[in-house]
Amino acid sequence: MTTPPVDAAEPAPAHAQASAHQAPKAATPSTPMPTVAVIGNPNTGKSTLFNALTGLRQKVGNYPGVTVEKHVGQITVGGMTVQLIDLPGSYSLAAYSPDEMIAVDVLLGRIPGERRPDAVLVVVDATNLRRNFYLASQVLELGMPVVIALNMIDLATARNISIDAKKLAANLGAAVVPTAAATGVGLDELRAALDCAVKTPSAPTWQIFPALKTAAAELATAHSTPKSPLMAYEIERALLDVGAPAEARVVARQDAALTTALTATRESLSDGRPLAALEAATRYRWIAEQLAATETRGTPPPSWTDRIDAVLTHPVAGLVVFVAVMALVFQAVFVGAEPLMKGIDAGFGAVGEFLAEWLGNGILASFLVDGVIAGVGAVVMFLPQILVLFLFIAILEDTGYMARAAFLMDRVMRFCGLSGQSFVPLLSSFACAVPGIMATRTIPDRRDRLATILVAPLMSCAARLPVYTILIAAFVPAQLSVAGVISVQGLVLLAMYLTGIIAAIAAATVFKRLILRGPTPVFLMELPTYKRLRFRAVAMRLWDRAKVFLVRAGTIIFVVVIVVWALGYFPRSETLAANFEAQRETARTQTAAPATAETEADAEADAKALEARLAEIDAAEQMAQLEQSVFGQIGHAVEPIFRPLGWDWRISAATIASFPAREVVVGVLGTTFALGSDVDIDDAEGETKMTHALQSATHPDGRPLFTLPVALGLMVFFALCMQCGATLATIKRETNSWGWPIVTWFYMTGLAYVAALAVVHLTTAIGL
Amino acid sequence: MGTNATTPITLDRLKPGQRAVIRTVRGEGPLAQRLLEMGLLAGEAVRMVRVAPAGDPLEIEILGYSLSLRRNEAAAVDVEHVQ
Repeated sequence: MTTPPVDAAEPAPAHAQASAHQAPKAATPSTPMPTVAVIGNPNTGKSTLFNALTGLRQKVGNYPGVTVEKHVGQITVGGMTVQLIDLPGSYSLAAYSPDEMIAVDVLLGRIPGERRPDAVLVVVDATNLRRNFYLASQVLELGMPVVIALNMIDLATARNISIDAKKLAANLGAAVVPTAAATGVGLDELRAALDCAVKTPSAPTWQIFPALKTAAAELATAHSTPKSPLMAYEIERALLDVGAPAEARVVARQDAALTTALTATRESLSDGRPLAALEAATRYRWIAEQLAATETRGTPPPSWTDRIDAVLTHPVAGLVVFVAVMALVFQAVFVGAEPLMKGIDAGFGAVGEFLAEWLGNGILASFLVDGVIAGVGAVVMFLPQILVLFLFIAILEDTGYMARAAFLMDRVMRFCGLSGQSFVPLLSSFACAVPGIMATRTIPDRRDRLATILVAPLMSCAARLPVYTILIAAFVPAQLSVAGVISVQGLVLLAMYLTGIIAAIAAATVFKRLILRGPTPVFLMELPTYKRLRFRAVAMRLWDRAKVFLVRAGTIIFVVVIVVWALGYFPRSETLAANFEAQRETARTQTAAPATAETEADAEADAKALEARLAEIDAAEQMAQLEQSVFGQIGHAVEPIFRPLGWDWRISAATIASFPAREVVVGVLGTTFALGSDVDIDDAEGETKMTHALQSATHPDGRPLFTLPVALGLMVFFALCMQCGATLATIKRETNSWGWPIVTWFYMTGLAYVAALAVVHLTTAIGL
Repeated sequence: MGTNATTPITLDRLKPGQRAVIRTVRGEGPLAQRLLEMGLLAGEAVRMVRVAPAGDPLEIEILGYSLSLRRNEAAAVDVEHVQ
């Protein structure tokens, strides 16, 4: 059935020819850096191995057109630098989505502008060679030098599994190195094997399913044109993965005759059974042959995983533990990150104040303080939540509990067309959608991941809470209660959270039916054995995520803050400035009159009064300048749109100006209601000032601005709207496209408007 | 004839703790291909480990590892129940 290594003459496409399995010479500065692709099943410790090899010499990017992250690292072997490309974890090269196709494209050298790798490192779980060798068997057929890392060899030994690596290597025609990435075992040998693979390459040329290989090669030759050469492996994938990207692609490039030929070949090869079934049976038979001579499995010791799972997936105990773990994660992100965020806020505030004092009141000061420093602060502010959440995600994933959480939650999440893996990202989004959206990386299915990203910002995040509390404190009477126990204020707050959840369920359902429509994704999920946590692996993941956020999303957030600053600053009215300066002068001269201060106490009181008066003038100036800035003008311009919601220009402007991140909305409300942007509502006095300002605000005709319906409408608007540049920047970064953030903004803003309008009208109708 | 040992049923009908031998994975397309790749081949032994508290998904043991799959996915797999 199987043909031992001879020659797999694979016609490489024109742009891949330079590198495709011709012996690359030892790298000199003039030749391109040798490249090794790293591939493996999920849960094999592939990323840990990648990190252990490359350390901090890593870069994260994106492949064009897909959401897959591109991890590239460098290692030095034998005095030469080799580039490692970490491919997404997968069980097979079969590709049913563009994201899955990336591995095939990288291995074949089909990524535009990139060379075909010089060798492949396949990471396998030494405790489960049978299933892990499925992917390895596919890679061994590609005609590239292969190095196999038998990772987690320590666990295999502990389970009385012994593997004859030398014999396996000789039989396979590939280097085989036992490793334990978590403890550093075998890394030197692995480096040496990689060195050897790129310096003196020898490629195994297995033909595990020769009939398929031959048929694919014939089709490729018959249908290739000089302009568009077909690779035999592309045809092989097109034959196996019916209706998947590989087939669509070769058919699109070639004539319709190829479609007919593909169908005919499938039929002739498979004698009635699906070709994929034949392939699987053939490969597993080959694997059994290979392992029969090289792997011996003794009696395994009793498994801890079974005993732990008896508790952790138990209908009662399991759910209790689950709720406790999730409550802990949520608390940690929501509350635990707060001291750090407060510290960062205070730190940037202090720097800003210092600069402001030093630079005075000019445009430079405003640009540096409210633009640059605020911008950097707005980015850094997210780090504590991201780090805390990813600390927990790393712990949950590396120990193996994350898969159990998805197992427990899958049925519930499927209610709105999502899967169990969406639970943790959505839960985290109650603290902040930014880390929540970053956490969707753990969702394997592309459409499930996009649906989760689209609805994650509907979860009421921590930054919306101040808006709710201030409006509730100002407009929902504190003494109102249901049956004397449940406070209505509390109920309104709960209603805001429920509004977000219900909207998210509805939106997810609609998205999965409309723009993310498609066959139900396959849920097959390995439940890995529980593993000990390794500090280094966790630290590397935190470093990786922090870097990705700061560099990729951070720059967008920073630019948004600068733009919003400029819109709120320009045009500056000199007349207004002079006017308010005159007011300040008057206040100062009045207080300075020495005769009025008879005692020291009086002088002190005068100084205090002056300070208060000056603060008032400053706040009034901020508001006046904002009103005639671009923002104020926009606020006025959109007033008609928001009039049905009962808003005036101040609320509109505050809503728009809070765009850099919802965190700033209290500050902007402070400005628009002439309290100054540094009003602190955590402080009782600040809160009283704010509630009073909102309660006494009026329309120009003297009607109160806020009625209870208007306040409720504003809260619902904030619960559902997408006024958060940081979230949009993160969506852009995670989906690798501007389309999805635009979709998110429009659907959420539309939803927020309609819902707010409905609330205003309904509550007015029932006489609130 | 009629004994439990030879009655073909679908994988989702197994009760926790029950063992079976896989007969075939029905159908074509991504689900069938993924099931086969994960090792659900004819003749392979499988054990139903547990059912999630909500009644779905299921956890099975195959090729010595634990795999979670949904009920409707398991329904595409014909097995022979063995005692």
